[in-house]
Amino acid sequence: MRAARTSAAPAGAYVEVEDLRRVFDVSKPWLNRLIEREPRQSLKAVDGVGFAIPRGETFALVGESGSGKSTVARMVVGLLPPSAGEVRISGVSMTDPRQEAARRRLRARIQMIFQDPYASMNPRWRVGSIIAEPIRAFNLIQGEGAIRARVGELLRLVGLHPDDARKYPHEFSGGQRQRIAIARALASQAEFLVGDEPTSALDVSVQAQILNLMRDLQDRFGLTYLFISHNLAVVRHMATRIGVMYLGRLVEVGPKAGIFASPRHPYTRMLLDAVPDLAHIGRARTPVSGEIPNPIDPPPGCTFNPRCPHANDRCRSEVPALLDGVACHAVEEGRLPS
Amino acid sequence: MTETVLSVRDLRVAFETRRGTLTAIDGVSLEIGRGEILGVVGESGAGKSVTGSAVIGLIDPPGRIAGGEIRLGSERIDDLPPEKMRRIRGRRIGMIFQDPLTSLDPLYRVGEQIVETIRTHTDLSAKTARARAIDLLTEVGIPAPERRIDGYPHEFSGGMRQRVVIALALAAEPELIIADEPTTALDVSVQAQVITLLKRLCREHGTAVMLVTHDMGVIAEAADRVAVMYSGRIAEIGPVAEVVRAPRHPYARGLMGAIPTLSDTAERLTQIPGSMPRLTAIPPGCAFHPRCPNVFGRCRVERPEPILVGGTRVACHLYDARGEAA
Repeated sequence: MRAARTSAAPAGAYVEVEDLRRVFDVSKPWLNRLIEREPRQSLKAVDGVGFAIPRGETFALVGESGSGKSTVARMVVGLLPPSAGEVRISGVSMTDPRQEAARRRLRARIQMIFQDPYASMNPRWRVGSIIAEPIRAFNLIQGEGAIRARVGELLRLVGLHPDDARKYPHEFSGGQRQRIAIARALASQAEFLVGDEPTSALDVSVQAQILNLMRDLQDRFGLTYLFISHNLAVVRHMATRIGVMYLGRLVEVGPKAGIFASPRHPYTRMLLDAVPDLAHIGRARTPVSGEIPNPIDPPPGCTFNPRCPHANDRCRSEVPALLDGVACHAVEEGRLPS
Repeated sequence: MTETVLSVRDLRVAFETRRGTLTAIDGVSLEIGRGEILGVVGESGAGKSVTGSAVIGLIDPPGRIAGGEIRLGSERIDDLPPEKMRRIRGRRIGMIFQDPLTSLDPLYRVGEQIVETIRTHTDLSAKTARARAIDLLTEVGIPAPERRIDGYPHEFSGGMRQRVVIALALAAEPELIIADEPTTALDVSVQAQVITLLKRLCREHGTAVMLVTHDMGVIAEAADRVAVMYSGRIAEIGPVAEVVRAPRHPYARGLMGAIPTLSDTAERLTQIPGSMPRLTAIPPGCAFHPRCPNVFGRCRVERPEPILVGGTRVACHLYDARGEAA
């Protein structure tokens, strides 16, 4: 089944994101602004991000903290309204008010898995009620007996026992809770799952269980994933295509093999070189310089220019466009050794 | 190995609770030589941080060291009175924790905190101590240290703060540094800088480092030797190349296989079924036996003692049986 996947993004993709933007107002209260004579301040958390995910594929967004990857995820599932841009899932616009009815039907198909499964469950509800909630909310199955049977089936699907439905979330370990969160996401017959660092809070042996489970379920039900992570090795394991984010922009997008075998953007190269990896025993590192700048006051031009060894005057003044999967003047001009 | 800086023998740490005594650390032995970095890895609850806290004498009641001994150089330090231990902490043992903000006082300038540490442990004058603080900040790679020394912690970024904490840990030129998840709160690009720094300083000053982390990648790059902990015991301890490339203990093998890497091509990660037992329910015999793919009768009843196999010490009956057969 996996071989049938294509790495190119065709036009009729399941999820289409176009020029997505989100600006947060981070100004001080108006009285302070008045007294201190300060202007309003805004933070461009996401600044023109676009990608497409064909059905049954996994698109992963990677980046360091503050790169805007979680903000993208929240806008894609509709938890946060975009300042500009468009998200279309299964052809339905998530912003167009005229498509409200179609959107309502689609809602059940889109689910999110969060980093901390405990925070996303009501501690006073039994696991059975937690998993049955989407079934009841979307009125998918009638009759208590049928719902209970479906919950048992879902629990078995994620590697738990149907009797676990009677327990409370606190009776489970972190990994088991994440399994419950996945069962709940599947309860509404979801087609598209957005995972925001779904394994970052888990120990490695448990992380392996959850990652394997997510891939098995994808193969079985043809699920489409948007996978958000800061961990490049996890992303490499899960993704079909990868988007690398830096300060709210996509700097490089491409199929997994290309990104890892021949990264083109200087930031991607730096990031891949910086990851501590089991294969690098006692490795002498190439020093990485600098840190992510303050997103309220990003550098002009390419936001990576202060840390980039290849930056020139054009990089310091002109924002590079995403051309052929990479947003970099040096790559475009052929100044970078490939 | 060169001269041993830290030696821990058969350490046991117990916590008294209403439901009885919980043994968090059970028979841990390790040593760290001059200029050596020993990585201590394990999943949450394995006892890696408690081991670090025991060495610096920071086990809070109801926890206590219930057995074994800890030696710093030739001096035994686990039974010292708190006042004496306080003088060793900071002077002979430096500490680096995960969150640099909790190690720094937000109300004092960074320089004041370093100068205070230097003057507590040495008899330098205020002026020389300040010059030394600037040297330290330069050494840990803080740009414009003459100016930054008068900054407050909140004016530094996460990576820069962790550098200040490293400068603080080095202030009194300790023989040993306990670094508990020093890079976990940092982004990968910054993490790389901090690891490089720690490695370089340790080599230059001959400081021994106990690097406690859950991140095998960090250990693989930074450590000389590594101890893999499970349920308060050391499953395997040895040179990092051996333990990472060819782990012998079934738990270590499972752990290495479970970690996604940037180079392997496996479609599936190795899965260890189940999870680490709680302290209230550590199984008899080998603590790993309910999850072990190679379990046999003896594992369920008899606890394995560490055996020297190649360059590593492994606590597993598989190797004992093999030894007997040979």
